[in-house]
Amino acid sequence: MPELSPALLIAVTLVVALAAYLVMGGADFGGGVWDLFATGPRRRRQRALIAESIGPIWEANHVWLILAVVLLFVCFPPVFARLSVALHIPLTLMLVGIVLRGSAFTFRTYDSQSDQVQRRWGLLFSWASLVTPVLLGVVAGTIATGDVPVRPSGTFIEAYVHPWLRPFPLAIGVLALSLCAYLAAVYLTVETDDPDLQDDFRVRAFGAGIGVFVAAMVALVLARRAVPLVWQGLTESAWAPGYQVVVGGLALLTFAALWQRRYRMARVAAPVQAVLILGGWVLCQYPYLVPPDLTIAAAAAPAATLQLVLAALLLGFVVLVPSLFYLFRIFKSRPQRV
Amino acid sequence: MNDLLAARSQMGMSLAFHIIFAVVGIGMPLLMVMAERRWLTTGDGVYLELAKRWAKGTAIMFAVGAVSGTVLSFELGLLWPQFMEFAGPIFGMPFSLEGFAFFVEAIFLGIYLYGWERLPGRAHLSAGIVVAVSGALSGIFVVIANAWMNTPTGFTMLDGRPTDIDPIAAIFNPAALTQTIHMTIAAYAATGFAVAGIHAILLLRKPGNAFHRRALTIALLVGGPAALLQPLSGDRSAKMVARYQPAKLAAMEAHFRTESAAPLIIGGIPDQESGQTRYAIRIPYMLSVLAHGDPQAEVTGLDRVPRDEWPNVLLVHLSFQVMVGLGAFMIVFAAWAAWLAWRRVDFAEHRGFLRGVALATPMGFLAVEAGWMVTELGRQPWIIHGVMRTADAVTPMPGLVVPFLFFTLLYCLLTVAVVWLMYRQIAKSPSAEDWQRIYTPVPRDA
Repeated sequence: MPELSPALLIAVTLVVALAAYLVMGGADFGGGVWDLFATGPRRRRQRALIAESIGPIWEANHVWLILAVVLLFVCFPPVFARLSVALHIPLTLMLVGIVLRGSAFTFRTYDSQSDQVQRRWGLLFSWASLVTPVLLGVVAGTIATGDVPVRPSGTFIEAYVHPWLRPFPLAIGVLALSLCAYLAAVYLTVETDDPDLQDDFRVRAFGAGIGVFVAAMVALVLARRAVPLVWQGLTESAWAPGYQVVVGGLALLTFAALWQRRYRMARVAAPVQAVLILGGWVLCQYPYLVPPDLTIAAAAAPAATLQLVLAALLLGFVVLVPSLFYLFRIFKSRPQRV
Repeated sequence: MNDLLAARSQMGMSLAFHIIFAVVGIGMPLLMVMAERRWLTTGDGVYLELAKRWAKGTAIMFAVGAVSGTVLSFELGLLWPQFMEFAGPIFGMPFSLEGFAFFVEAIFLGIYLYGWERLPGRAHLSAGIVVAVSGALSGIFVVIANAWMNTPTGFTMLDGRPTDIDPIAAIFNPAALTQTIHMTIAAYAATGFAVAGIHAILLLRKPGNAFHRRALTIALLVGGPAALLQPLSGDRSAKMVARYQPAKLAAMEAHFRTESAAPLIIGGIPDQESGQTRYAIRIPYMLSVLAHGDPQAEVTGLDRVPRDEWPNVLLVHLSFQVMVGLGAFMIVFAAWAAWLAWRRVDFAEHRGFLRGVALATPMGFLAVEAGWMVTELGRQPWIIHGVMRTADAVTPMPGLVVPFLFFTLLYCLLTVAVVWLMYRQIAKSPSAEDWQRIYTPVPRDA
C-alpha cells in the first residue's frame, strides 16, 4: 500500500478530474458526434435533443479539463513542461478543436435565423466534436507508450511528429472517440421519453459500444509489442484478472440493460465502465505520470505548494459539489421536451 | 520572424483577443442582473427583454472567453515551458482558485441562461449574482498571477533554482492589490461604456426608443462611476511601478535621464538611440509628484538601467499615452452624465451627449488593450521581472510562426462572427413583434 503523500492525493484528484471530464465533457463531445451522424426521419429532433441536453452543462463540464491542466502545471510542473514541448502539435490541434466546438455550438444556439446558417455552425460544431476527443486520446496514448522524448532531438519529424503519429496512440484516439460517442448515446436515451428517439440512440449506443470494444482490443494487441507497461499491467499483473472480469461484466450489463430498454440502469453502468477503462491505464503506469522516468514523487512540486493546493482543493470541492448537484438537478431530473 | 518573436506574438495576440471576452464576462453579468432586478421590482417588460438579451450577449462572450482562456492555459506551456516549470509551484495558487471560480461561474451561467422557465424569479436572479461575483473573482485571480510576474515574491534563488517556496507570499506580491483593482475597474468601465455607446448610437437613430433609453441608463450606471474611480487606482499603480519596476515607469514616461524635480512628458516620440523625446509637452515637477508624491523627488531614468534590460520605449510610452488619453475622455463623459443627472436633464434626449458617448463605444476596450501593452511590453526583456528572461523561457519547438498565423486567422474569423451575432441578436432595436411580446404581461416571481 503506497504512502498517502500530498503528491499522491493530488495525483488522485488529477485522475478524478480527468475521469469527470471523460464521463461529463466526453459525453458532450459525443453529442456533437451524433449531431454529425443524425439520420432518418427524426434527425431534426435528434439534433434538438442533443442541443437541449448539452446546452446548460457543457461549459461547466469543460472546466474539468482546465482543473486538470492547472493541477498539472502547479503540482507537477516537469510533466506539464515535457508534454507541452513534445506534444505541441497534437495539443495545438486539440485546442483548435476545443475553440471551434464551443464557439460554433454557442453561435448556433443564438444565431437561429435561417436553416442554412444553423447548418453551417452545426457542421463546424459536430466536426470539431469528432476531432477533439481523438486528439485527447492520442495525447494519452503517447504518454502511455513511454516514448515522450525528454529533450526532442533529430529532425523535426522525429522529434515532434513521430512520438504521437503511431498506431498505438491513434488506436487510443479512436477508443476515446468511441467512448465519448457511446456515453452520449446512452445518456441521450434517458434525456427524452419519446420511445422512437430512445430507440434511435439505443441503436447508436450499441454501435458505439462495439466500437469501444474493437478499439480496445486493437490497442491491446498493439500494446503487446509497443507498450509493455500497458500490456503487462492488463494481462500479467495481480489485479489484471479481477479488472478484466469487472470491466467485461459492466460492458455486458450495459448492453443487457440497453437490450431490455432499462435505460436508467445503462445510464449508471456505462460511465462506470468508462472510468474503469481510464483507471486501467492509470493502474498500469502507476507510479509514473510520464514513463519511463517522471514518477509522482519525482515530478512533484515542493511540499508547501502541494499542501496549499490540497487545502484549496478541499475548499473548492465544498463549493463545487453542491453547485454541480444543483445544476444537474435542475436540468437532468426530467426529460427534455423537443 | 524568429521563433521567440513568433511565440511572443502568438501569446500577445491570444491575450489581446481573450481579454475582450474576459472583460465582458466581468462587466456584462452585472448589467444583466441589474436589468433583471429592475424587472422584478417594477414589472416593466422592457427590463426583462434587456436582461434576456444581455444574458444572450453574456452567453456568446462567455463561451468564446472560456475556449480562448483554455487556449491560454495550454499556451503557457506550449510556448513557455521553462517559465512554467520554474514558476508553476510558486505562482500557481491563484490559478487553482481561478479554476474553481470559473467552475462556479460556468455552472451558474448555465442555470441562469437555461433556467428562465425552470426557476422562480428570486432564485434566478441569485444565480445571475453568483455569475457576476465569480466572474469578477476569476479575473482577479488571473491578474494576481500576472502581478507576480511583475513583482515576484515567495521564493529565494539558490544556484539558479527557486527554494523556500511560499505560495501565500507569492499571492500577496506587491503589485497584486493595485493591479487587480485597476483591472477590475477597467472591466466595468469598458463594458459599461461600450454598451452605453451602442445604445447611444441607436438612440440617435431612433430617438426616445424605450428599450435603448433603459439600456443606456443601466450601462452608464456601471461605466460612469468606474471611469471616475479609475484615475485614483491608476495613481496607486504608477507609484507601485515607480517603486518596483523603475525601468517600466521610465519607459512609460519616456524618462531617459535620472533627475530630481522631473517633468511629466505628455505625448511625443521617444528616440531610444538619442535618449530624446521630440514633440512632447512637458509639465514641470509633475512626474516626481505622480511617481513619488514629492515635487523634488528623484525619478530613476533609463540611464540607470543596463541597455540590454530596456523595454521598447517607443511602444510602451505610446501605449501609456493612449491608455491615459482614452481614460481621460471617458472621465469627461462620466462627469457630464453625472452633471446631467444631477440637473435632472434627460440625457437620452441630449444629442450632443449621445454623440460623445457614441464616440466612446470602443474606448474602454482600446484603453484595456493599451494598458496591457504597457504592463507586458514594459516588463520585457523579462518574463519574470529580474529573474527570468523571456528569451530563456521559450519552447525549443521550431516553426512557431505557423501556429501564430493559424491562431491569428482563427481569431479574426471568430471576431467577425461574434460582432455580427452581437449586432443581430443583442443590440438591434426590438421589432414590432418584440414590442408586442414585451408588453404582454409576464407573471413575476413565482
